[in-house]
Amino acid sequence: MLLFLTRRILIALPTIILISIFVFALQKLLPGDPLLVLAGEERDPAVLELLREKYRLNDPIVVQYFTWVSNALQGDLGISLRTNQPVTELMLQKLPVTLQLAAMSMIFALVIGVPAGILSAYKKGSLTDYIANVVALSGLSIPNFWLGIMLILLVSVKWQLLPASGYVPLSEDFLQSIRTMLMPSFVLGTALAATMMRHTRSAMLGVLSADYVRTARAKGLTERRVVLKHAFRNALTPIVTLTALLFGELVAGAVLTEQIFTIPGFGKMVVDAVFNRDYAVVQGIVLVTAVGFIFMNLVADALYFILNPRLRGQ
Amino acid sequence: MTETTAPMMQEQLGKAENRVWKKFRSHRSALLGGILVSFFVLIAVLAPILPIPDPATTSWSAVRKAPSMAHWMGTDEIGRDVMARLIWGAQASLLAGVVSVGIAMCLGVPLGILAGYFGGWTDAIISRCTEALLAAPFLILAIALAAFLGPSLTNAMIAIGISATPIFIRLTRGQVLNVRSEDYVDSARAIGLPTPKILRRYILPNVLPPILVQATLTIATAIIAEASLSFLGLGQQAPAPSWGSMLNTAKNFLNQAPWMAMWPGISIFLVVLGFNLLGDGLRDALDPREH
Repeated sequence: MLLFLTRRILIALPTIILISIFVFALQKLLPGDPLLVLAGEERDPAVLELLREKYRLNDPIVVQYFTWVSNALQGDLGISLRTNQPVTELMLQKLPVTLQLAAMSMIFALVIGVPAGILSAYKKGSLTDYIANVVALSGLSIPNFWLGIMLILLVSVKWQLLPASGYVPLSEDFLQSIRTMLMPSFVLGTALAATMMRHTRSAMLGVLSADYVRTARAKGLTERRVVLKHAFRNALTPIVTLTALLFGELVAGAVLTEQIFTIPGFGKMVVDAVFNRDYAVVQGIVLVTAVGFIFMNLVADALYFILNPRLRGQ
Repeated sequence: MTETTAPMMQEQLGKAENRVWKKFRSHRSALLGGILVSFFVLIAVLAPILPIPDPATTSWSAVRKAPSMAHWMGTDEIGRDVMARLIWGAQASLLAGVVSVGIAMCLGVPLGILAGYFGGWTDAIISRCTEALLAAPFLILAIALAAFLGPSLTNAMIAIGISATPIFIRLTRGQVLNVRSEDYVDSARAIGLPTPKILRRYILPNVLPPILVQATLTIATAIIAEASLSFLGLGQQAPAPSWGSMLNTAKNFLNQAPWMAMWPGISIFLVVLGFNLLGDGLRDALDPREH
């Protein structure tokens, strides 16, 4: 296991280095001088020079890159030009909000996607299968920001059942926090549920025709036991790894969902940073999400290893 | 190729094409996808000659009017006809979908062929770069690129195109790896054909079908991405219409004019569904295991 993980980490290292080069290059390719934003209206050449010295922008580009990387490795992703706060501190403030949204969305995705996938595979070719497929494809085709707008219109404006926007921390008021997050996480969760349903269906189709399932049926086990214990348990490996791999979709989906429901999380921070030309924050978020994605890939690999006895035996 | 084998191959190719077309035609949902896509392409192309009001003409006497005979889909916050803007917006959305996927294919397919065919260091460098780009979530990467390039439809298309490139590199590379050790490629090498000719005549045509399927599915993703960027204000700029920017404005008038939000969303949904159905159908029709 340790050897397997070490190998995977070693393979991931060049990717992380390339990501850091790419993220660093983003700012360097930018037309114009980022310091002009910092220098404000006056743009006094002396002030600009001073700032250039302060941020070591006169250093050769390679030196600048290594300084940036070594700072990033120590958790220093620079200073937000707008709020003057460290980018890492800003991100840590927003992290719990997005984590709550992500966790609740994942619950929706699992609760809707997995049973729908099992049912669809078990009843392959039936009306249930057809409906489940149509719903899943529709889920993949609906822009989630539009679904969010429509839900606000119906659930909040017309029926006044749930709040349309905002965020209440879990520690402040647990129930209100869940109520506020319910609609956004449903919106984000439905798109993931569609992906989850399709993967569960295909994994289940693979195992439902396996010999051990036929043997289980021949032994006289109930269908429920055959499907849930013998088939589903074997189809679980790709589903669990997919859950880890959906991290990227989750973060990208959070950008728009948080924007619509005015949730002060990671996603809203990146959009605000883009409009305020706060490039240090944009860079920080791209770097952290990309490294996060690689980490989730490693988690997926590790889970695959743990759940697959054949791999463990090697 | 000898003179006797050429007509035989032509005949076999014709049969294969026929089989694919038959399979595609029998795929009802793929046909529905084709109809949906054709409908939107048609209205986008015919927008200049359709008898609809000018999409930019404002009317202060018709602000936020509900759908009526005069304005079938209602009017927006400054009295512009929603249907006219929807039809012109189809141009922006479809253009963004096709152009960005075109960019992704132009960059991704050659790089994928190089990586897959030459292997070694070429493959290692291209593959590592692909993995690095794939690690950043698609929309985050597109937002970051669009932000750094500046907000406009052209830049949004470039940003989406670059973000989608790694998908095509990886797919093409995998396909080339399957094809490059085939007998006909070995034979082409053995008779001394130059590498560019082998790549163009023997590798590319054989890896193209799955790439076309992926392209159809990626157009759907690209249309949603363009709508998302325009929704965030990073795509099509006012007063030019786009479905995403229409939704962005509409969200401020949900209570007073819900139709402003309804039609652009339904349009995005239908066109994306169309491309997804079409892509699924193409995949089934082109999959040799299904025959």
